[in-house]
Amino acid sequence: MTGSTNDVISVDRSSYLQVVSDLKDAGYNMCSDLCGVDYLEHMGRPLPEGVAPERFEIVVNLTSTINRIWLRIRVQIPESDPELDSLFNLYPGSEAMEREVYDLIGIRFVGHPDMTRILLPQDWEGHPLRKDYSIGRIPVQFKEVRRTR
Amino acid sequence: MTDTTDSGSHNRFEDELYEEMEPTLIAETSEGAQEMLAREDTRPAELAKEYGSTLRLPEGIELDPSDVNIETAEDQTMIINMGPQHPSTHGVLRIMMELEGETVLRTKPVVGYLHTGMEKTAEGLTFLQGPTNVTRMDYLAPLHNELVFSLATEALLGLEIPERATWIRMLMVELNRMSSHIMWMATNGMDLGSTSMMIYGFRERELILSFFEKVTGLRMNHNYIRPGGVAADLPDGWEDDISVICDTIPPRLAEYNQLLTGQPIFRRRVDGVGVMTTDQALALSATGPILRATGLPWDLRKDKPYLYYDQVEFDVVVGSVGDTFDRYAVRLNEIFESTRIVGQILEKMPKGDYKVQSRKVTPPPRKRIDESMEALIHHFKIYTEGYKVPEGEVYVSVESPRGELGCYMVSDGSARPYRMHIRGPSFVNLQSLPPLLHGGFIADAIAIISSVDPVMGEVDR
Repeated sequence: MTGSTNDVISVDRSSYLQVVSDLKDAGYNMCSDLCGVDYLEHMGRPLPEGVAPERFEIVVNLTSTINRIWLRIRVQIPESDPELDSLFNLYPGSEAMEREVYDLIGIRFVGHPDMTRILLPQDWEGHPLRKDYSIGRIPVQFKEVRRTR
Repeated sequence: MTDTTDSGSHNRFEDELYEEMEPTLIAETSEGAQEMLAREDTRPAELAKEYGSTLRLPEGIELDPSDVNIETAEDQTMIINMGPQHPSTHGVLRIMMELEGETVLRTKPVVGYLHTGMEKTAEGLTFLQGPTNVTRMDYLAPLHNELVFSLATEALLGLEIPERATWIRMLMVELNRMSSHIMWMATNGMDLGSTSMMIYGFRERELILSFFEKVTGLRMNHNYIRPGGVAADLPDGWEDDISVICDTIPPRLAEYNQLLTGQPIFRRRVDGVGVMTTDQALALSATGPILRATGLPWDLRKDKPYLYYDQVEFDVVVGSVGDTFDRYAVRLNEIFESTRIVGQILEKMPKGDYKVQSRKVTPPPRKRIDESMEALIHHFKIYTEGYKVPEGEVYVSVESPRGELGCYMVSDGSARPYRMHIRGPSFVNLQSLPPLLHGGFIADAIAIISSVDPVMGEVDR
């Protein structure tokens, strides 16, 4: 037994909030995980029929502690408009996870109460988990320390 | 300030120095909008959140952000900073609290001081090197991190693990749960002023860590559980060590019980402090002892069995009120349940392989390398190029001492994960701090923060 979850659905960005809301009413009472993936270098990934691949993908794992079932939701997010509705009003626990996605992948969540960086400093440039964020080419952005003596 | 010429000139010099320094210091230490802002600068939606009002949503009552009282007089509340270097924040956790007198109103954990980009690093490491990276996240439960990474990789590979390897994994993660909870008992005791508990806790943890050292070679960051099995078989005489652990820990737990559970000073610090309901915990995605303390028996070992947890007997410990004492009691009793599991593993441990005999993921044994050129090439290939993992994506979760530890892994068919995301229970559980602290005294904050048991290595990753 591996403990893996294999029920996956793909949801369109426009109906995302409605679908999740219906799932919540259907008993999925906890949002276990929310993360983002940048598929820039792997656009040919397998997707269900009728789903057009986009650069970004948000993956949400919902849990039903009532029925002991798990569900994974994949949402395609285009590069030109990296935005998605926030789940904050349905699952307040998604707040930190959405901030983390915004910080590291750069997808904004509409309706989130505090859309700021969470792990990196406020003035950091770029979103490190994007595939075109080059590591090692630019020096680490530590703030310059001015000596007073 | 005195009016003598000498000190006056001295002060002038200091004033100039400060004028020069202050803007610099502010610019260097400010983190802008990540900080908690004064009441009038905060958006109503966020204010409502800090009050814990959104938590009423699960019960169907919505709060209009305009109802939130922004008009609390400015000079009655103040925002103070706790951490990032505070002994009771267990690392580099910074908590900003708005106080009215001694009462905590809003709380905001500011994290990220330990962020080292481990998810990005993982994209550059092969699947064989991966456990070395993830084991450094939750440094009090490193084996759980290795386990979840290995399970995710194996799910993508479709690999069946030999029985003995699975039992060894279970043995090690259960011991790790014990050592992690004992460590928590120790630091919690220290936070609440019971230094003897700290010394006792470290003593018991040492017992388990020396067993880990014997098996894996290291006391932490083991890199022991790897995709395909474990790194080495258990050493000779491991049964004796386990027997000693199983015989020593339960009487010691009884001592803790005597030292803390029955102790009036301790009880008055934790009873009824930081109460959380099941609905609140679920809404905030809080898992582990926090959720179980509210009375919901949610344990992935029972509800979504992985390894062979369905073949051992143990009870899921739950609390009733969801206060700090319940969280303490849940952890204390979980140590005992873990000793029960370890005792059963000792009896059930089968003979066999400790890693899968698959040419794809298993390097040849050391002896074969001296005899056979093909084995040498095979060994070299596995360690330099790694093995390719089929295209796909998978989410695997296990019950770590702190809650649901998940790993979302995407492979593009190469030898390195395309994306590896760890769902750290500490990171998610930190969100339960604002509602837990709201309305309590600042002195209780120490007890509550400690009872959430955040490990900053995992929060920041």
